[in-house]
Amino acid sequence: MTIAIEVRQLRKHFGSVRALGGIDLDIRKGEFFALLGPNGAGKTTLINIIAGLALADSGSVRVMGYDVRSDYREARRTLGVVPQELVFDPFFTVRETLTIQSGYYGLKNNAGWIEEIIHNLDLDDKADANMRSLSGGMKRRVLVAQALVHKPPVIVLDEPTAGVDVELRQGLWRFIKQLNGNGHTIVLTTHYLDEAEALCSRVAMLKQGNIVALDSIKNLTNTLSGCMVRLRLTPDILPAPLQPLADNHEDGCHFLALEDYAQLENVLAALRAARTQVVEMQVLQPDLEEVFMKIMNTNQALEPPATAR
Amino acid sequence: MTGFLTLLYKELLRFWKVGFQTVFAPVVSTLLYLMIFSHVLEDHVQAYPGVPYTVFLAPGLVMMAMLQNAFANSSSSLIQSKVSGNLVFILLSPLSYTDIFLAYVLASVIRGLAVGLGVYGVTVAFFDIPVHSPLWILAFALMGSAFLGSLGIIAGIWAEKFDQLAAFQNFVILPLTFLSGVFYTIKSLPAFWQGLSHLNPFFYMIDGFRYGFFKASDVSPFLSLGIVAAAFLAVSWLTLRMLRSGYKIRH
Repeated sequence: MTIAIEVRQLRKHFGSVRALGGIDLDIRKGEFFALLGPNGAGKTTLINIIAGLALADSGSVRVMGYDVRSDYREARRTLGVVPQELVFDPFFTVRETLTIQSGYYGLKNNAGWIEEIIHNLDLDDKADANMRSLSGGMKRRVLVAQALVHKPPVIVLDEPTAGVDVELRQGLWRFIKQLNGNGHTIVLTTHYLDEAEALCSRVAMLKQGNIVALDSIKNLTNTLSGCMVRLRLTPDILPAPLQPLADNHEDGCHFLALEDYAQLENVLAALRAARTQVVEMQVLQPDLEEVFMKIMNTNQALEPPATAR
Repeated sequence: MTGFLTLLYKELLRFWKVGFQTVFAPVVSTLLYLMIFSHVLEDHVQAYPGVPYTVFLAPGLVMMAMLQNAFANSSSSLIQSKVSGNLVFILLSPLSYTDIFLAYVLASVIRGLAVGLGVYGVTVAFFDIPVHSPLWILAFALMGSAFLGSLGIIAGIWAEKFDQLAAFQNFVILPLTFLSGVFYTIKSLPAFWQGLSHLNPFFYMIDGFRYGFFKASDVSPFLSLGIVAAAFLAVSWLTLRMLRSGYKIRH
């Protein structure tokens, strides 16, 4: 068995609003996987159904082979979820919160591991502080710690870095990368595409409850053929033959959109012919953000193969 | 088992940490009832022959305090967890719905007994209250608190906001407790109201509980216990169904 999360024909409506329109998805063990999409695309609904916080209208989800409805106890034991909202129980301290959470999973004598995650998430100073007194970033760390008390093989993080400062964000990613290195499967949602690009091996893009793209970052960025060239010229005038390629002009730099790298030669030839000197030149690769914008703005991708049938 | 015990421990710790408000306050307010009502009614009412009104009143007040606090425990814990969102920690865990049910009900029973013992302890310091049968007393205390604890789960799950829970408390729980014969025996009521009182499960809890002290009651304690047990089973069945289906908590 190499699949950590298996989603089949998952549908969900909230009243007349379609939240998920028949999702099929396999997330492999050990993957670092991102769910991307604009607000309201269905990312959180999908995560909630995987976690058992929401119930699907139809379709099935298995986590590590356990059906989230019929084998819910086993499925939940294998899953650690960091919710999007900063929720906490104001009655307890950090250590009490973690000990209680660990107990819910049937674990006794788990203090050693709890101390380890407290330490790894830099919560030592706050371990006996009441949850109420913690800052937002600290509460976020406790949420991560709570998701890890039972050492789940699959960890799901719903926008873990929303509203989090740079230092914590980096610390958090370092820790999560380390968990992934130790064999944990990581699934996250984020609005920061550079984070997804830096960390994830594969992404799924959701739009209006459907998966509109599902591939490795490399393959996705390769689908955008062509590149962008940034030029600083003396004199700062773009020769007439290059005008149709012009995409932008800012900070004294011209941006040209090229269909492929071969076009670069024509650009240089045109510059030479116009006796324009190249002061600075940079070829820009398309990044995930561009792919994302392009996919989200295309209408053909609206219906995925699964529902088109 | 560890999961259930942990949830029970968490629920106990929750009310214990605010024990001043959850245990001490109801003891004080119940004693105020006792002082005021006995002052006003001592010379005017005699419920059972030879039993002074204050002595008659005390067990009913103990039971009322237990019932109200058993209800308050599970319902307020759930609504707070729902509104603040931390119910998610329980929902994400592998706790079964029976684990959740039993832990909340048992915590409610323990809070009910703690308040009941508190009220009783202070009352016996001032008044001479007979005890006919501790077994009957305990049976009704447990069954009544469990019934209200379970009802509290239903209210806590059903209510989406604090004011909805307050409505449940003010328009269902409070009238049912006040009209259950805590302050009078229903024999003193007109026939119509007597008949209506017989439809109130709280009446049987109070009446049976009181039997344990005075060996006197409006109906047989066996009948009362049977009705309270049936009411508890019915409410438990409904609660378990709600928890299993995820009604209002798993969307």
